[in-house]
Amino acid sequence: MFALSALESEAVLLSLRVAFWSVLISLPVAIAVAWLLARKRFPGHLFLNGLVHLPLVVPPVVVGYLLLLLLGRNGAMGAWLWDWFGITVAFTWRGAAVASAVMAFPLMVRAIRLSLESVDIRLEAAARTLGAPPIWVFATVSLPLMAPGILTGTMLAFARGFGEFGATITFVSNIPGETRTLPIALYSLTQVPGGEGGALRLMILSIVIAMLALFASELLARRVRARLEG
Amino acid sequence: MLQVDLQKRLGDFNLDVAFGIEDRGITALFGRSGAGKTTLVNMMAGLLRPDSGRLHIGGHTLFDSDAKINVRPERRRVGYVFQEGRLFPHLSVKANLLYGRRFAPKGERYQDAAQIIDLLGLGGLLARRPATLSGGEKQRVAIGRALLSEPRLLLMDEPLAALDAARKSEIMGHIERLRDVLGVPIVYVSHALEEVTRLADHMVLLADGGVVATGSAVDIMSRPDLSPHTGRHEAGALIETQVAGHDDFGLTELAFTGGVLRVAGLDLAAGTAVRARIRARDVAIATTRPSDLSILNVFPGRIAEMHPSGAAAMDLQLDIGVKLWARITARSAHELGLVPGREVFALVKSVAIDRHSLGLAQPPNRN
Repeated sequence: MFALSALESEAVLLSLRVAFWSVLISLPVAIAVAWLLARKRFPGHLFLNGLVHLPLVVPPVVVGYLLLLLLGRNGAMGAWLWDWFGITVAFTWRGAAVASAVMAFPLMVRAIRLSLESVDIRLEAAARTLGAPPIWVFATVSLPLMAPGILTGTMLAFARGFGEFGATITFVSNIPGETRTLPIALYSLTQVPGGEGGALRLMILSIVIAMLALFASELLARRVRARLEG
Repeated sequence: MLQVDLQKRLGDFNLDVAFGIEDRGITALFGRSGAGKTTLVNMMAGLLRPDSGRLHIGGHTLFDSDAKINVRPERRRVGYVFQEGRLFPHLSVKANLLYGRRFAPKGERYQDAAQIIDLLGLGGLLARRPATLSGGEKQRVAIGRALLSEPRLLLMDEPLAALDAARKSEIMGHIERLRDVLGVPIVYVSHALEEVTRLADHMVLLADGGVVATGSAVDIMSRPDLSPHTGRHEAGALIETQVAGHDDFGLTELAFTGGVLRVAGLDLAAGTAVRARIRARDVAIATTRPSDLSILNVFPGRIAEMHPSGAAAMDLQLDIGVKLWARITARSAHELGLVPGREVFALVKSVAIDRHSLGLAQPPNRN
């Protein structure tokens, strides 16, 4: 049947791990940025909005190269990370997670911002009159009401991170067992003679995983919505 | 004391109000749509920042532009029941009710949750979600939620506006009981005379962003010079009465200082306090005691004041033990030779006093 080879399962697990961590690190930042964009008017609002959406409009290879310049061992932030924490992200699976997070960030922010804008600020005002400080209001009123949007954003970002290719291969290259995610493995197979069969299997595999993720998120979204609507 | 002196400009609208009222009982903030009622209560709750002024509630300064004090809404201890309820849709009724509880200082938790749930008849709803509640149930939960946050003052912004007549009456009964039992001062925003007649002890009359009059509800509702604001056709007097008894013809007798007022039957026990609003246009005048007349309510009295009202009408203030107003034509006043000081008889049709004119407390068991 469809038993996975060692290489295939390695690529799948790596892709899942990369996507999982990219979502995990970007979610709090995305919620904060969505809140800033939806609720605050400040100088630089337009700029921040543009910056967030940049990965959506520039070629992924540009993002990957920019990450390399910033986070490479000799890059501005990369050197700092190495000096202070002994962490390096370039050419590691962590770098792949960072690249995925950056590429998926606009999708996540957009979904969360939309849901935050649909939260009735009059409910937040009501919570304040009941004695709740703003942070508490956000955690107990705004956040639960945003849950469907957060779920959508998370799912989109996960799918985007799982399939991220251009920025990843530019930033962290194609290292078997470290940065060779499923799309990169597929790409590699198409570059060698006799790799068509393996490429086809990986293609089917990625479609199946994507569909499963879609189903799971849809079912979850239904349950969340049912809960919200009582 | 509740002392308000607040100014706010919103586009073309200029609000400038100053008044002081006792923080006991129910104070009606009365005025037409656009008079600035909601703007004012939002400023009292801290949801809208005044341009300037001062706000003191029960000895606490909540806003003072000179001293640069503007207490955040969550620290004001001012409860707010909104017109549209604003229940949290993702929480159960019980969680909604208890939402503000944790923020009230431990030593200042006077309200007993079980008592409030009982007073508002919420016992059977606790596990429900707001989406499954009727309009009246939602407002009852909203009132309970605000009270359980231990407010020093409770604001209610037209809480009955979205409800039908039966629900209105029901919720008013609940509000009366809360007033009598809990002792939390209430500022009640309304433009419905019926609600004010029934509920208000004090009244602040607003028009075009300013205060027109402040005082006891009975006094203000009985002043015809304020009728342009309280409703021209509704001008009249408010009289405090007590149920004296019921006659064999289905009428209820309401005793007051000037005699006995007979109205269509009320299902109330003797001794119950009832407020009756008698509109000036429902009062006729006779110079001698009429006989062979269908009108049952005839009160001897004296003309205290006379004011022309419009081109052809005349408003008479009568002293029949209490103040009563009559609106008659200027022609009748002339032909009857009416002058201040003259002894006359005031005639009031029983059927003119309908349930909208009566501020009756409902029996507690009738929901």
